[in-house]
Amino acid sequence: MAATQEEIVSGLAEIVNEIAGIPVEDVELDKSFTDDLDVDSLSMVEVVVAAEERFDVKIPDDDVKNLKTVGDAAEYIAKNQVAK
Amino acid sequence: MDSTNRIVVVTGIGATTPLGGDSASTWEGMLAGRSGVKLLDDERFADLPVKIAARAAVDPSEVLPRPLARKLDRSAQFALIAAREAWADAGYTAPAGEDEKIEPARLGAVIASGIGGVTTLLDQYDVLKEKGSRRVSPHTVPMLMPNGPSANVGLEVNAQAGVHAMVSACASGAEAIGYAVEMIRNGRADVVIAGGTEAAIHPLPVAAFANMMAMSKNNEEPEKASRPYDKGRDGFVLGEGAGVVVLESAEFAARRGARVYCEVLGQGLSADSHHIAQPEPGGRGIAAAMRHLLETTDLKPDQVAHLNAHATSTPLGDIAEIKALRQVLGDDLDHVAVSATKSMTGHLLGGAGGIETVATVLALYHRLAPPTINVDELDEEVDADIVRGEPRPLPQGTIAAINNSFGFGGHNVVLAFRTV
Repeated sequence: MAATQEEIVSGLAEIVNEIAGIPVEDVELDKSFTDDLDVDSLSMVEVVVAAEERFDVKIPDDDVKNLKTVGDAAEYIAKNQVAK
Repeated sequence: MDSTNRIVVVTGIGATTPLGGDSASTWEGMLAGRSGVKLLDDERFADLPVKIAARAAVDPSEVLPRPLARKLDRSAQFALIAAREAWADAGYTAPAGEDEKIEPARLGAVIASGIGGVTTLLDQYDVLKEKGSRRVSPHTVPMLMPNGPSANVGLEVNAQAGVHAMVSACASGAEAIGYAVEMIRNGRADVVIAGGTEAAIHPLPVAAFANMMAMSKNNEEPEKASRPYDKGRDGFVLGEGAGVVVLESAEFAARRGARVYCEVLGQGLSADSHHIAQPEPGGRGIAAAMRHLLETTDLKPDQVAHLNAHATSTPLGDIAEIKALRQVLGDDLDHVAVSATKSMTGHLLGGAGGIETVATVLALYHRLAPPTINVDELDEEVDADIVRGEPRPLPQGTIAAINNSFGFGGHNVVLAFRTV
């Protein structure tokens, strides 16, 4: 079964916590990865790769630049994940 | 402001070494004559001829937050820890600019490493082979580049006068400090944070050094393995960690009322041009570096009371250095208390010049030469006064000390310090 929106957001929060040290409760839909969550362009690649593994989704490099906020990423993952 | 030939002083020190997680515990370990060498229980070393090393006493993971640590090679982690200590020890409370005592444009950073991010390179190659290219860390390049530690320390303190990384194998740390002195002397900076770091305890470098016949294979008694000047020495023991100092123009330090440990007189430099890895057995290149030091500074041989030798515990290298000292200092060598602190810390390669500078500065400041351990039977070719077993008090009055570092490639760097 595909992950729910809630599962995706909490999964992203755990990933951002691991990579940038931001408390999970601060990782909210409207937060910008670079401006609010201390995720620079290099760390963003780590977030993407971790999200790909966790949610069984492919996020091509060309799409990464469109993922500005946690909400953008959650929406992208929900749309593109492979249903199990 | 006189911007040339300015006097340079040491105002801060920091270290993380096999003897302790800071400069105070490292110094305490040295005075107690403690060995930081241990058996490597990691199974990756099980089939190697060398199974010993001097691991850092405090793992950087205990000190740095994980999100920061995962973006830094272990060598940069050590450098950052030592740099933070040195920066605070010098009395700075924030990065340059934020701490108004120093402008970013007048602050430099010169942190060297002999090998750079070798463990990052090798670990990420394992990731590539085992998990595929997508999983290779995007931080790999900034982590493995040998200027990484210097760049990260520069970012930490907001150094904008220049950030540099000298690379000359085991002379790198000393060359970094020498370069930092020049930056201040020629007016490019008022303050430079400088030193050396290394983190190369991985099966590949260990196997490679072992195959050069450069390392001690005394796996049975790790604490006895590093034994400079002893008849039974059979090579160096690899160590890891960092040593960093804050250098300032004397005028700048005085104006802000900084505590001054000692003066840095300058450096002597030369190259052997003899062999890529073997020392020139007569000490010709080392003697040339010592003479360069005497010609370019006002160091007087009769002032030299202490010398922190390069002495890595190799049969050839330890003697070549002693021969050079006798050639240049003559009878004045008789009143020099010679210490080989690698007997306790192991050989930190590019980090050696950093932590041995910290040790030399503290020896002058406390007027106490640290001991050389494991000299059970002094090699009769060692024609110098080695401080054995116990620390030895140094004389009162104005005294100077020398710190020697030599590297594969034939690089010779000699630094000199004097009490203020």
